[in-house]
Amino acid sequence: MSLSRRLLSPWSTPVLATGAIVITFALTAGPILVAGANPVAAYFEFLVSPLTSRFTALEVLVAATPILFTGCAVAVAFKAGYWNIGAEGQLLLGAVAAAGIGQAAGGLPQLVVLPLMIAGGALAGAGWALVPAVLRVRFEIDEVVTTLLLNPVALLFVTGLLHGPWRDPVSGFPESPRIVAVAELPQLLDRSRLHLGFLVALALVGLAWYALARTPAGLRLRATGLSPHGARFAGIDVGRTLLGAALVSGAIAGIGGMSEVAGIQYRLTGGLSPGFGYTGIVVAMLGGLSMPGVILAAVFLGDLTVGASSAGRALGIPSQLGAVVQGTLLLVTIGLLALRRYRLARPAEAAAGGATDALAAVALAGDVAEEPDTEARP
Amino acid sequence: MAGQAPGHEVNGPPALELRGVTKRFGDLLANDGVDFDVRRGEVHALLGENGAGKTTLMRIVYGLSGPDAGEIRVAGRPVSIHSPRDAIAAGIGMVTQHFALVRPMTVAENLVLGRVPGLRLHPAEARRRALEASERFGIGAAPDAVVGRLSVGQQQRVEILKALARDCRILILDEPTAVLVPHEVGALFETLRHLVAEGLSVVFISHKLGEVRAISDRVSVLRRGRLVGTVAGTTPEPELARMMVGRPTFGVMREGAARARGGESVLRIDRLRVETSAGRPLVRDVTLEVGAGEIVGVAGVSGNGQTELVEVLSGMRRPAAGSVRVGDVELAGRRPAAVMAAGVGRIPEDRHASLVGELSVAYNLVLERLDDFRRGGALDEGRIRAEAEALIARFSIRARPGDRVATLSGGNVQKVLLARVLSREPRVLVVSQPTRGLDVGATEYVRRELLARRAAGTAILLVSEDLDEILALSDRVVVMYEGEIVGEMAAPEADLERLGLLMAGRGRAA
Repeated sequence: MSLSRRLLSPWSTPVLATGAIVITFALTAGPILVAGANPVAAYFEFLVSPLTSRFTALEVLVAATPILFTGCAVAVAFKAGYWNIGAEGQLLLGAVAAAGIGQAAGGLPQLVVLPLMIAGGALAGAGWALVPAVLRVRFEIDEVVTTLLLNPVALLFVTGLLHGPWRDPVSGFPESPRIVAVAELPQLLDRSRLHLGFLVALALVGLAWYALARTPAGLRLRATGLSPHGARFAGIDVGRTLLGAALVSGAIAGIGGMSEVAGIQYRLTGGLSPGFGYTGIVVAMLGGLSMPGVILAAVFLGDLTVGASSAGRALGIPSQLGAVVQGTLLLVTIGLLALRRYRLARPAEAAAGGATDALAAVALAGDVAEEPDTEARP
Repeated sequence: MAGQAPGHEVNGPPALELRGVTKRFGDLLANDGVDFDVRRGEVHALLGENGAGKTTLMRIVYGLSGPDAGEIRVAGRPVSIHSPRDAIAAGIGMVTQHFALVRPMTVAENLVLGRVPGLRLHPAEARRRALEASERFGIGAAPDAVVGRLSVGQQQRVEILKALARDCRILILDEPTAVLVPHEVGALFETLRHLVAEGLSVVFISHKLGEVRAISDRVSVLRRGRLVGTVAGTTPEPELARMMVGRPTFGVMREGAARARGGESVLRIDRLRVETSAGRPLVRDVTLEVGAGEIVGVAGVSGNGQTELVEVLSGMRRPAAGSVRVGDVELAGRRPAAVMAAGVGRIPEDRHASLVGELSVAYNLVLERLDDFRRGGALDEGRIRAEAEALIARFSIRARPGDRVATLSGGNVQKVLLARVLSREPRVLVVSQPTRGLDVGATEYVRRELLARRAAGTAILLVSEDLDEILALSDRVVVMYEGEIVGEMAAPEADLERLGLLMAGRGRAA
């Protein structure tokens, strides 16, 4: 992810996203041809077909729901310069907490149970994000590694639960017992799986947008992400800001897990998340780390997901090609970000004018006492 | 003043000769038609203050940057050097302050690195070659020692040995003593004398007069990119100091007499000590007071602890010991927020990094006091904009509130910082290199603002490499050398020669 460690300026995001999609289609045309389909027909299936019927159009929103959560979670963290790659694990822990509450909540009113599950999911997600965040803030241990490596641990924890204490006593399958009826997120429309979780996701994205754009805390978070040194110099507690961003990010991902348990699966399953946390990174990057961008990217990728499975049936190509397209899209997006940074360096320098150049020159002249890395030397 | 070197018999062409070398960075002329030569078997020092262009010149010779004009000759033949590889092929080696060594590897491995033909490394062969080189050049280095475990002085010897093992005949040493402790300096000079007797030519970059006189046959002095003159190594220190520092040209300066002593001390620094994480001292027991309405200038070649001193005063670094008080508030080791709350305004030397370039001018102007600009839980964008417009007008910043700071010129960036700091009416100002890289207009503006604050009773600590600036603005001047305050004088008594000597580690006040 190191190439993407620089944030976007707003103007180029739509251009970049469109460019990334076009390049991705060009690159994935090969595999689609090999699979024996016409790429243009395949992309039509991927993107347009899902929108042509009510059921599949709503399915697009169903597919977009979990990645709205994780995309928003990742974007909040990335915007602070905290590279949380662990939304997957945080989502799973949120799912565990929600399933636990959901199994035990019989007898309580739904208006109590659902908020309780949301709070439980948020706490569990934030809890799973806590250790890497503290390690980063206190000991400067790279969070990319720690958050990433905690993902399989979370999955093993879920698997352990499902093969042990939570194994469904009725069916004997490695799935948790079904949650009670009041713990289910209500469906929004007839004959559709679209559930309240989608609105919760939209509300959270809206809240995140407001907090980032309009509150002092949001401005501090953005300043920290854009220039940790400048933020610290201005009196911002950078450590606390990073910790806050990490925990909020984990909490949002955790609520995403709750939404899948309470809105789709109604139980904890081993296959609850086909990588929603990782797709969240694609969503956040493709959306330029902006909240409106996250919504567009999540719906787009939801469309692709639904389209990929129907394209499998319609064209006889493996539905995994959808994943291939998503993966390619992530790589292309990151590649374009790196390229953009390189391309824009020159005009930015020129715009900054002579004095900046002179300053750079003074630094280049080298006589400026660069205290030779004494810190690093024994 | 720029007397030529006394007759030195010349055997054939110089080992290295530069003619009219010019290098420009934007508006800054880093080297302006510099002529320079090194003879076979001599140490030729390149003396000058920071930013005088010494390192730039030698980076050009070593192929690390390209000249805009001029010629380089090696043993009389013009050479074109586009990379260190070309330089090495021409017999030029360079040892910088940042060693190019692979720390987990042994001395022998480092010596053969990059010069092993084929795919296989023969450890015994590498070892044998290391021993041979060590013996031939009289530089002791255990071939099996792991470089990372050697002292800095030993590592430097390995670097020199590495250059020599590549048949270098001209060795450039960039501030070689900056990283050494005193007895290592002696050992380095022993080694150099031995090598020079064997015919090696050495370019010795330094700003320390004592060292330059101890080791050099000739000295060339650079000032602001120009060659001031080339003189014999025996030239007295006061004259070298004068050549290095030059004559002042005053622009804006304080009016009236310097204050003998400021009012009541507002900023009190007491036995402040800063160390690297490894325990090497960077600031040694600095004690200093600044009174209300007084400017105290801190002169010194950069890298002598001023940066670290300012970082502590700004809340960006924890001191190892000592105290910093503003009024009755102890600030040593406190965070920037606490430092600002105590009434300290900070104008840092790295002005771009101390703002958030990708945020707007308006946000940067209020970033230190966001909580004053909220309505309920949200930012009061209207008031932020109004405040920004007021400050932009008051400090004549050429920008709109919504412009990103990264798009501003250096002078306007500095004005944004000034506006942010001065709008808080600080009791104390800690200012570092306030006009470095600025054009004349912006420079005068910044100096006027500082003098206005002085008149308003602010206690100002001014750190600058620019002696003219220090002398023009300060009431008192202190000189820092190797982390210590080595001299203090009232501004009227401060003359350039004395300051130059103190800055170069000489003529320490009793």
